[in-house]
Amino acid sequence: MIRSIEKQRNILDFTLSSLWRRWGKNLALVVVYTLVVFSLGSVMFFTQALKNEAAIILRGTPEIIVQKLVAGRHELIPVAYAQKISAIRGVEAVKDRLWGYYFDPVGQANYTLMVPEAIDLNDNEIVVGAGISRVRRVFRGNAMVLRTFDGRPVNLFVKGILSPESELLSSDLMLISATGFRRLFGVSQNDATDLTVKVLNKKEIPTIAAKIVDTLPDTRAITRDEILRTYDAVFDWRGGIMIAILAGAVLAFLIFAWDKAAGLSAEEKREIGILKAIGWETTDVLQMKFWEGMVVSLSSFFLGVILAYFHIFYASATLFEPVLKGWSTLYPDFRLTPFISGYQIAILFFFTVIPYTVATIIPAWRAATIDPDVVMRF
Amino acid sequence: MRKSDGFWLFIGSGMLLLAAILIQAHFVARADLPLLRQKAAVVKNLGLTDLCLSTEARYTRHLSQSDWHAAFQSHPLALDHFPSGSVFAPPGTLKKSHD
Repeated sequence: MIRSIEKQRNILDFTLSSLWRRWGKNLALVVVYTLVVFSLGSVMFFTQALKNEAAIILRGTPEIIVQKLVAGRHELIPVAYAQKISAIRGVEAVKDRLWGYYFDPVGQANYTLMVPEAIDLNDNEIVVGAGISRVRRVFRGNAMVLRTFDGRPVNLFVKGILSPESELLSSDLMLISATGFRRLFGVSQNDATDLTVKVLNKKEIPTIAAKIVDTLPDTRAITRDEILRTYDAVFDWRGGIMIAILAGAVLAFLIFAWDKAAGLSAEEKREIGILKAIGWETTDVLQMKFWEGMVVSLSSFFLGVILAYFHIFYASATLFEPVLKGWSTLYPDFRLTPFISGYQIAILFFFTVIPYTVATIIPAWRAATIDPDVVMRF
Repeated sequence: MRKSDGFWLFIGSGMLLLAAILIQAHFVARADLPLLRQKAAVVKNLGLTDLCLSTEARYTRHLSQSDWHAAFQSHPLALDHFPSGSVFAPPGTLKKSHD
């Protein structure tokens, strides 16, 4: 047993020296490998953290949201629809919601304007999200000029700033009074953006949602479960374009790894030839190749995972920001809660180390069965 | 020190660091729970429906509220008008409507 361990240590010593002799080539491989693990790990950590965070904080969303559709587009809903919905058995309360978007030419940003139920605001008062405050440099007591639907300027005074901790929810939010909202967008008293429905028995939510659509065929009902499922599906790392792009990167890496392992240089071939000539068995060369793979893949795996963790949870996923930010100037500054598990690490290991090992098995076997006589003649 | 000892030291440190990350993440997630509950309260009080991840397009700002988005609407090569639209999958409510 001890002899066997000592033998492996000797082979590992030799492998490390051999890798060090070609340090430039091997360093390039480790860098590319680390980048692949880093990208996959970053996507996995980011999506999982968002998914878990959404599942916890979106539990308080309205039970059912009823929206009117005209030609496949969301339209303002008549407030009178609320009475028809209230008449459905099992409905506890129906409330109208006023919300919409405002493009601010000064900040070159889109804001989400909303009328809150819980906050009392005067007609010329607003509460803004931390993102708006940052982009427009407005603070408590400052005034913001917005233009109404017919081009008239309206002075709105900032009553408060929403807490920066909730930026992931409220960065672009501007809370305004119902009168202020209707004046700004020209929405009549008879209309609302959508309706929220509260149900007596939570188990009946899908049934009541179906009844609402049945009663009002020009509407659609979005249930709380559907909202939660949306975030569950959107941030599923196994789906979406992200994984398609990453699959391409992993495949390219496998080709690179195969090529690196298959295309033995004349020096490497001579080295194996000499080793076999001085008495190394094929199994010894295979073990050397195994340790070579282990050194490269384990080093890259640890480096990649650790870098991905710091990128997502301590550098605010800086590399993903340009994609999510897109053309917008207002982007939330948020810190994600690190929801990571051993399962994720195991999956990451399976998707990076195993394919590399498989891709290098055949080239390693070919190298191990090389004929010393043929190689040493060159 | 032998080279192999150095390697095992490196791998051992890597494993320890990974274990430390998992433990630290567990405790940070636990410590963040009150903050997450506070955010859930904001959602409930204001009647919010979505996370503010992207503000460039309404269908990526309010993912769960998006309506049918017409593909190729600007020009034949514009698969999606906005960069963020290419990374988010369409919500289940829309997919269900097409079934």
